[in-house]
Amino acid sequence: MSLFLIAALPFLGAMLPAILIRAGRNASASATGSVTLLALIGLLVHVPDVLAGRPVSARIDWLPSLGLNANFYLDGLGLLFASLILGIGLLIIIYARFYLSRQDPMGQFYAYLLLFQGAMVGIVLSDNILLLLVFWELTSLSSFLLIGYWRHLPEGRQGARMALAVTAGGGLAMIGGMLILGNIAGSYDLSVILTQKAAIQDSPLYLTALILILLGCFTKSAQFPFHFWLPHAMAAPTPVSAYLHSATMVKAGLFLMARMWPVLAGTDAWFYIVASTGLVTMVLGAVIALFKDDLKALLAFSTVSHLGLITMLLGIGTPLAAVVAVFHIINHATFKAALFMTAGIIDHSVHTRDIRSLGGLRRLMPVTFVLATLAALSMAGVPPLNGFLSKEMMLEEVAHTHWITSPWLLMAVVTFGALFSAAYSFRYIAHVFLGPVRRDYPIKPHDPNFGMWVSPAILVVLVVAIGLFPMAIAGDLVAVAAGAVTGQALPPYELKLWHGVSPALFMSIIALGGGVILLALYAPVNRLWLAARRPEAKAIYDAGIAAIERFSRWLTDLLHDGALSRYGAIFTVSILALAVWAWTTGVVGPQTRPALEPGPIAYVGWVALVASALSVAVFHHNRLLMLVLIGVSGLMVAMTFNYLSAPDLALTQISVEVVTIILMLLALNFMPQESPRESSFGRRARDITISVGSGLGMGGLIYAIMTRGFAQPSISEYHLANAKTGGGGTNVVNVILVDFRGFDTFGEIIVLGIAAIVIYAITESILGSSVRARLLNRVPNRPLAGDAHPMIMVVITRVMMPLALIVAAYIFFRGHNDPGGGFIAGLIAAIAIIMQYMASGFGWAAERQRLPYHAIIGSGVLIAALTGVGAWFNQMPFLTSAFGYVHLSGLEPFELATAALFDLGVFLAVVGAVLLALESLSRYAWQPNTVSEYPMDINPAREVGETRGKEA
Amino acid sequence: MELLLASAVGILTACGIYLVLRQRTFPVIIGVSLLTYAVNIFLFASGRVVMNMPPVLSDSAQGYTDPLPQALVLTAIVISFGMTAVVVMIALSAYLSARTDRIDMDDEAEGSAK
Repeated sequence: MSLFLIAALPFLGAMLPAILIRAGRNASASATGSVTLLALIGLLVHVPDVLAGRPVSARIDWLPSLGLNANFYLDGLGLLFASLILGIGLLIIIYARFYLSRQDPMGQFYAYLLLFQGAMVGIVLSDNILLLLVFWELTSLSSFLLIGYWRHLPEGRQGARMALAVTAGGGLAMIGGMLILGNIAGSYDLSVILTQKAAIQDSPLYLTALILILLGCFTKSAQFPFHFWLPHAMAAPTPVSAYLHSATMVKAGLFLMARMWPVLAGTDAWFYIVASTGLVTMVLGAVIALFKDDLKALLAFSTVSHLGLITMLLGIGTPLAAVVAVFHIINHATFKAALFMTAGIIDHSVHTRDIRSLGGLRRLMPVTFVLATLAALSMAGVPPLNGFLSKEMMLEEVAHTHWITSPWLLMAVVTFGALFSAAYSFRYIAHVFLGPVRRDYPIKPHDPNFGMWVSPAILVVLVVAIGLFPMAIAGDLVAVAAGAVTGQALPPYELKLWHGVSPALFMSIIALGGGVILLALYAPVNRLWLAARRPEAKAIYDAGIAAIERFSRWLTDLLHDGALSRYGAIFTVSILALAVWAWTTGVVGPQTRPALEPGPIAYVGWVALVASALSVAVFHHNRLLMLVLIGVSGLMVAMTFNYLSAPDLALTQISVEVVTIILMLLALNFMPQESPRESSFGRRARDITISVGSGLGMGGLIYAIMTRGFAQPSISEYHLANAKTGGGGTNVVNVILVDFRGFDTFGEIIVLGIAAIVIYAITESILGSSVRARLLNRVPNRPLAGDAHPMIMVVITRVMMPLALIVAAYIFFRGHNDPGGGFIAGLIAAIAIIMQYMASGFGWAAERQRLPYHAIIGSGVLIAALTGVGAWFNQMPFLTSAFGYVHLSGLEPFELATAALFDLGVFLAVVGAVLLALESLSRYAWQPNTVSEYPMDINPAREVGETRGKEA
Repeated sequence: MELLLASAVGILTACGIYLVLRQRTFPVIIGVSLLTYAVNIFLFASGRVVMNMPPVLSDSAQGYTDPLPQALVLTAIVISFGMTAVVVMIALSAYLSARTDRIDMDDEAEGSAK
């Protein structure tokens, strides 16, 4: 199966459980399981190749100009992680089916789980670090959904937020590190980067990149001092904890360190940062875990500790340490997932996870007892289980490693950590299952049904089997994965139970024996622990967050005080200052273009434009007058366009002007007719100064531009030269709109459609509120005309409607070769329909309007899109237009172009958007019982007394 | 001609900005419209202006004006209608819900709205 499909399957499949939950919980769970199983099978098909040392890859250039390619790559390391993610994922899916209660929305759970799974698979299969970053952030987001799944629990929400803040924060740092790394290596493809060890380690930016990338890894893998989010993420349902904290989320950081190992490891900086962080995390986690009374908290801190252990192994930097790290990743995933599931079983069967209320469960829950004991003994490092093997090899590695010149310091600290690790593992067995049967369990404990214990059972079988036959079961996988980590031939090693008498054996004996003794002394040691003063990570985190919140509140209040006009003033003055600075420091070339001689009509237009604009400003307290005056300005702007060789613009401007003025008139109907005089003299003086300054700046700038030639050759020549031959039209502006820059236009009509739908949505929400009652009881601002729908106007508009539509059609069809086109035709058609609303009334027009305007907008966008897609069938890029000339007998030869179809889409979108906006606004004015049952309110031909309507 | 056009752009901008700095929604919207005119003419004129040379290909034409800014401005005009319509709706809804059309949220306005 293609690697693309393996990575995409969980994402595609995420829809299934959400839909199938209607068919029942079993359908939802089996769909999820099938998707995962399918991806797993697809992965396993590649196993022979990968084990034979032939990595599989799949490549697509996605955004090659940015170095972002959808390249996937499956080598030993990827195979190891992907099979853990999918394999354990499958077991978790089975387990969760029986774990979740009826009240939990299971469809949602599985959808989130699959999204998370897809993101994890994406991380481990990516061959491009930018792609990897995308998946990395997706795991942060989807794990947020999973951890906060029980959204009714405040701890769940808090834990999810904390996990997101910490891991996404680290992810941000990592983006920086990855970009630096890609920059040094000259490529963002991992397969290239991994060959650039010398270049990367010699770069002066190596340390920066290393620290930034490690920040991402450490936050994700819960390394000290970022370990605190992991225990709080335990508020999630247990299947989530089992999945995230055994095989996936927290292993992503380890994966990345392993992936980058060939180029980043081997330096002192790497050793001291990574190995020391790992060591501290390992010991700290183990010590805290012993004193946790919540089963899941104990396991959470033990996870922190084991992650530290693996980090330390990767930090040591020798190939053999990498082998051990890989081996322990497998072992930890198996026993830890099993342990989390048994913790979930206990919670489910006893209704408590508090160790202090447990004990003596071995008789009541024999199956769980066996599973939990085997897994916990493996975690403690007891032979012959798999945990023992990797722990033994780890101790052996540590025994050979010097830390700050001391040969035994590392050994001692690690043995201390291992001792606590053994102690908490034994505690998990002794304080939960051993001891006398109690009388005060919340409910009577019992073993769960088969569905719930089968998953941990499979894992425990693996724990034992790997322990007994390590080479047969895991040998090849470890070898190929470790080979991928180190990128070199591995030194000889063997995974086996008995290594002879070595320092590691003594360290193991001390750890296990010490663990037993420590547990025997648990009560006094625990009292000591409780009495000691310890820094609480959550309190520190909360205090930090609170401080940031106070700061941002202070800053926001300072900058964002709600005075919009003040923002406007500050903004304008800043821009003006920048412009003055640029003007005074830059160089302006000499005037090169001769001035154009204006005709007398230009002066007339100028006077009208300037006079109307100034009058708008002066008389702005009278709002109706302002509307009349701005209409004059708009008309003059249109005339300006016409005068200066832009007929298309003139047509557009006039038609938009009409629609805009109608819209504002409608709105003004509901608003005060006057603006009060409330600005002080000083304020007006300030505003006049600012606006005169900006006016001078804009005017001066455009004058300077217009009187000088182009600094660089314009691309317009290309458009003029190719409009006819390439686009099939002589109106170059229209050809640019529908052909050369068709994609821009496509975006524009979508924006226009969105604007109209926003207006519709605002109307819906306002009319659904108490405002509606106020509108219905509104006293109009001015007395209504006696005749709402005058007969002459009604008759004229109805006669004009077909004429106007014909004009629109004419403008539309000539658009490709003469001024016109879809935009202008759409506006004209919209105006023709608006006239009906105005003359005959909203109710009358709405009754005759059969197509919803949303549909018209949608069909416009769809037609434009389909026209564009059509080009694909001719092996051309999106929106490539085609045209041809058709000869029919009896007619002039005429042109058929796909651009006309695209323009039809533009036309429909414009018509729909304009009408939806105006119709929404008109609904504010709706009053009941105003629609006449006759085609016309007043009709002299009708019998007196029959006339009804709104004459009164 | 250039001087006429530049001065018109300047005056439209000045009037537009003055109105944008007013304290009621309606004048602000009209101000934005005036500013839109100014910006559209500005963009259009950045292609340099000529008379009687429309960008419509024909055999008898003396030359053509720059079509590219025209295409840009054409969509800008239509989009600015969409924007104006949305802003008008927001202003109207705000006025109907809050019963004031002040745009500043300063303490004085909040006091009078309560």
